[in-house]
Amino acid sequence: MLDDRNETPIVSRGFVGRRRAENASLPPGQYLTEDFPVLSAGPTPKIALDDWQFTLTTEDGAARKWNWKEFRALPSVSITTDIHCVTRWSKLATAWEGVSLDTLLDGVTTAATFAMAQSYGGYTTNLPLADLRGAKAWIAFRFGGENLAPEHGGPARLLVPHLYLWKSAKWIRGITLMLQDRPGFWESLGYNNYGDPWREQRYWGD
Amino acid sequence: MAGTTLLGRLAWYVAAVIEAHEETQTARTLVLDVPGWPGHNAGQHVDVRLRAEDGYAAVRSYSIASAAQDARVALTVEELTDGEVSPYLVRTVAPGDRLEIRGPVGGWFVWRPAFIEPVQLIAGGSGLVPLMAMIRTRSAAGLRTPFRLIYSVRSPQSAIYAAELRQRALEDQGLTIAYAYTRVTPPGWPAPPKRVDAALLSEAAFSSAQAPACYVCGPTAFVEAVAALLEQAGHDPQRIKTERFGPTGGTS
Repeated sequence: MLDDRNETPIVSRGFVGRRRAENASLPPGQYLTEDFPVLSAGPTPKIALDDWQFTLTTEDGAARKWNWKEFRALPSVSITTDIHCVTRWSKLATAWEGVSLDTLLDGVTTAATFAMAQSYGGYTTNLPLADLRGAKAWIAFRFGGENLAPEHGGPARLLVPHLYLWKSAKWIRGITLMLQDRPGFWESLGYNNYGDPWREQRYWGD
Repeated sequence: MAGTTLLGRLAWYVAAVIEAHEETQTARTLVLDVPGWPGHNAGQHVDVRLRAEDGYAAVRSYSIASAAQDARVALTVEELTDGEVSPYLVRTVAPGDRLEIRGPVGGWFVWRPAFIEPVQLIAGGSGLVPLMAMIRTRSAAGLRTPFRLIYSVRSPQSAIYAAELRQRALEDQGLTIAYAYTRVTPPGWPAPPKRVDAALLSEAAFSSAQAPACYVCGPTAFVEAVAALLEQAGHDPQRIKTERFGPTGGTS
């Protein structure tokens, strides 16, 4: 077993690699892609807009609900941001439109410090509530000027671009605020609890 | 076993290449000896790190092909034309060389011998690799859990593990294998090239009434199409596990 802090590097005989120009926008261990790859654990859920609902639930069980029409009546913003997937691709300056979590959380009384995002299809991911506040997180419904495609999380997905993209839950249907943290889907299966790309927090213990 | 050491740090290991053999013109299997390796579950992958003389490093993920019971770790790597890491693993690295690997990674797309339901495997191209680990693990455990594989490949020449699969299907009544050739069929094949479709599923796959656990692995477009076909055939989406990879899936 190697200790990252004190290892003798293993040089791969004859490996040169394809060096890319240094890019300050790229977190460690990431490479640029122009594509928009897809990574999901199961089939892509098909959600009719008439059936879509977003529910914000506090630690007391108090719930606020928006149907699609009510959700789209909320003020939305344009977001241009870099995104980073734990599978090592990054895509720069992607253009989204969404509703800020600050808008959805406005007026909510809570003592919670953690949140669990829940998706159609059963996916979950956990985040500190602070990471959802302060114009850092949105429920996004447009990408590149188009309605968000189902394979990329449409009709709407969470967008928390300062964390690895598995935190940006596709097909979002709700967020539950929690007094205590608990792991979501990938976080229970070997992936990092927080997922900061700049600290390369890919897996447990990173 | 991997995935049970709660929140333990996933370690890097030094792996020695013991064997390298060609599967096809563009795919090669590397058998690694990894001192300290904690074992894996069928379906998991590893990160492989290559390092140049000047310290430049590149990391990519590869599925494990070997059985969970196997002390050595086998990886089958498909060369991507524009890849940075895969050409080295397919063309250059040789027995005696060392690599660094980290893992095993992934606790969702796995099959364990304790699982008793029938298993439907559907692979596109090199998406067969983690499914092969499941087939080998089942066999190594001496189990007869019903397994069916549908393997979609461009041509007979691009099929990996073809001889081993043929042999296993002959010897094992519990394992059936069906091919979908998408560009070129073998001589005398009774149908023109075609993709996996509803007709092939109804002919070669477990029905939804048999409630199999479904594992689908391959390029994104393939996985999207097959997962949708399975849902249309009545399979519960909760029983369909997918793993997408290829040029746009982050491995190269």
